[in-house]
Amino acid sequence: MENVTHDLANNVANKETTANQPIIIARDVHKWFGHFHALRGINMEVHKGEVVVIFGPSGSGKSTFIRTLNRLEEHQRGQIIVDGIELSHDVRNIERVRMETGMVFQSFNLFPHLTVLQNITLAPLWVRKWKKEQAEKIAMQLLERVGIPEQAQKYPGQLSGGQQQRVAIARALAMQPKIMLFDEPTSALDPEMIKEVLDVMIGLARSGMTMLVVTHEMGFAKAVAHRMYFFDSGQIVESGTPDEIFTHPKEERTKLFLSQILTH
Amino acid sequence: MTTTYSKANILPPPSESSTLWGWARKNLFKTWYDTLLTFFMLGVLYALIRPLIAWAIGKAQWEVVQVNFRLLMVGQYPAAETWRAWLCLYLLAGILGLSLGVWARQKPWLSAILLLSPVLLVFYPDLSSEARNRLLGLALTALLAFAFGRWRGTRLGRAAVILWVLYFPAVLIIIRGGGLLENLAPAVPTSLWGGLMLTFLLTVVGILFSFPLGVLLALGRRSSLPAARWVSITYIEVIRGVPLVTILFMSSVMVPLFLPSGVRPDRVLRAMIGITLFTAAYLAENVRGGLQAIPRGQFEAAHALGLSGFHTMALIILPQALRTVIPVIMGLFIALFKDTSLVATIGLLELLGISRSILAQPQYVSFQREVYLFISLIYWIFSYSMSYASRRLETRLGVGER
Repeated sequence: MENVTHDLANNVANKETTANQPIIIARDVHKWFGHFHALRGINMEVHKGEVVVIFGPSGSGKSTFIRTLNRLEEHQRGQIIVDGIELSHDVRNIERVRMETGMVFQSFNLFPHLTVLQNITLAPLWVRKWKKEQAEKIAMQLLERVGIPEQAQKYPGQLSGGQQQRVAIARALAMQPKIMLFDEPTSALDPEMIKEVLDVMIGLARSGMTMLVVTHEMGFAKAVAHRMYFFDSGQIVESGTPDEIFTHPKEERTKLFLSQILTH
Repeated sequence: MTTTYSKANILPPPSESSTLWGWARKNLFKTWYDTLLTFFMLGVLYALIRPLIAWAIGKAQWEVVQVNFRLLMVGQYPAAETWRAWLCLYLLAGILGLSLGVWARQKPWLSAILLLSPVLLVFYPDLSSEARNRLLGLALTALLAFAFGRWRGTRLGRAAVILWVLYFPAVLIIIRGGGLLENLAPAVPTSLWGGLMLTFLLTVVGILFSFPLGVLLALGRRSSLPAARWVSITYIEVIRGVPLVTILFMSSVMVPLFLPSGVRPDRVLRAMIGITLFTAAYLAENVRGGLQAIPRGQFEAAHALGLSGFHTMALIILPQALRTVIPVIMGLFIALFKDTSLVATIGLLELLGISRSILAQPQYVSFQREVYLFISLIYWIFSYSMSYASRRLETRLGVGER
């Protein structure tokens, strides 16, 4: 019953999503993997245009949480509302949310049997039902934006890691999402290639995209993040602006973690 | 710190030989014991093969194959109607030539050799001039189609696919005859179909229908819908637990039970159904193996982009999975081709069955070696062709590379 009233409320809320309404609302989100309690009551609000960085030790639930936002993982308790749409078992809602969110993975997950251009145009052609010329035009624009237009006809296996991740970003952007989710996008890259991907992400942030980024790259956080959340053992230990987090973290665990990753 | 990256530092590779003599020198004659071993093995091969060749050329009596050639090729198909089998061959030559011209861009001389192979048969002695002319006609048609395909290029790709799709129903209609074609091509009952022609028909229908069924079963087995999963699992495990011969018997005996009395489905149809159902079960497991090899990240990326389950499967997962299992599936189809010999147990006389009928005649009883060697050669030629085509397909699709 609660879901029914919420759906009605959501239909109205959808039309009223203003700059004041958070575009992502997570209320008391819990998730279990079998007996393991991975997410223990996460509460978070993200506003349109905000860049949010989530950091923390491995196993803390950061990736799990970001994956619940586009239903790659199911949450078992609590509410998640993305762009006014509540994520539940309703498949149509899930599809609508996925059309509005783009995701970039740690292991790129490009489609190896398709060229770079085909990778990018696939979803717009088949989900948004664009015409081929239009899709390819947008795809080439995006490839220029991420800096590798000359690679359009190559296969992913022929590109370097940094180039592949930039293609992955272009692929996610091709669907013109409202929110971009990044799950440790640079963790699988060589140091030389990390910069080229971070530059693209910084450019994206400065253009006003709503971004949730799970990362260890504190330089990126300092440059563009509006809020940072420190996850540990499935809970949000502390949150604040980058200034607050870096200069005077309140919690002991935050201080400990920051001292570990900022020394090298 | 001057590191010279000038071209002077780039050296040509050591003169590794890419010639036949160079290869032989490296692999067969490199050291004295290699050379000794090479000569020894050559001696062994000679000792084994010489008697076979001597027998094949000298003492073997190939008349049994010559006299019964038509039987071996088309079974008891009426002699006056064999022009229809030739027609099917001509159509095949045309479509095959066109396909090779459109798609097999590299190594055109290989395709040319394949398409000219009927010319080799022309030199066989004791061939009627009519047959000779027809063989030459085949090669000519194939070459013309090949040239046409090469000239027009990949624009004809779609047309070629449509032609292939239409070819097999057309063959069935031509061979069957009757109905609207009664004046041109009187109906020939399937009990008269036999020989290599029947082998081909059973193989092709088996391949064409078992493939989609197998893929559906594989997807069904992985489905989250309990009904689809249980039906698929039951089907696969039951069919895989039973030998093909038994399935052929059962389809021969039991299919009539499911139909209203008086309707006696065709024996060839029953065999086709049995073969299709059998192959589909094995194919399903192979495809499932291929599906399991796809990393979860592919599904996640597709879902994150908003692709529906159907689109994910059709555009992302199945293309990759099927590419991976091409070698296994081709092996299955090659085995299918040879397993058609089992339909002799339900009274159909395909290549093996008709050979045994021929050998059962009193005047040909002692010619088993000639006949069996001949049909073994035929089986081998086509099995190897399928295997070779499979490898070419893999290279073209970049299997194992991208």
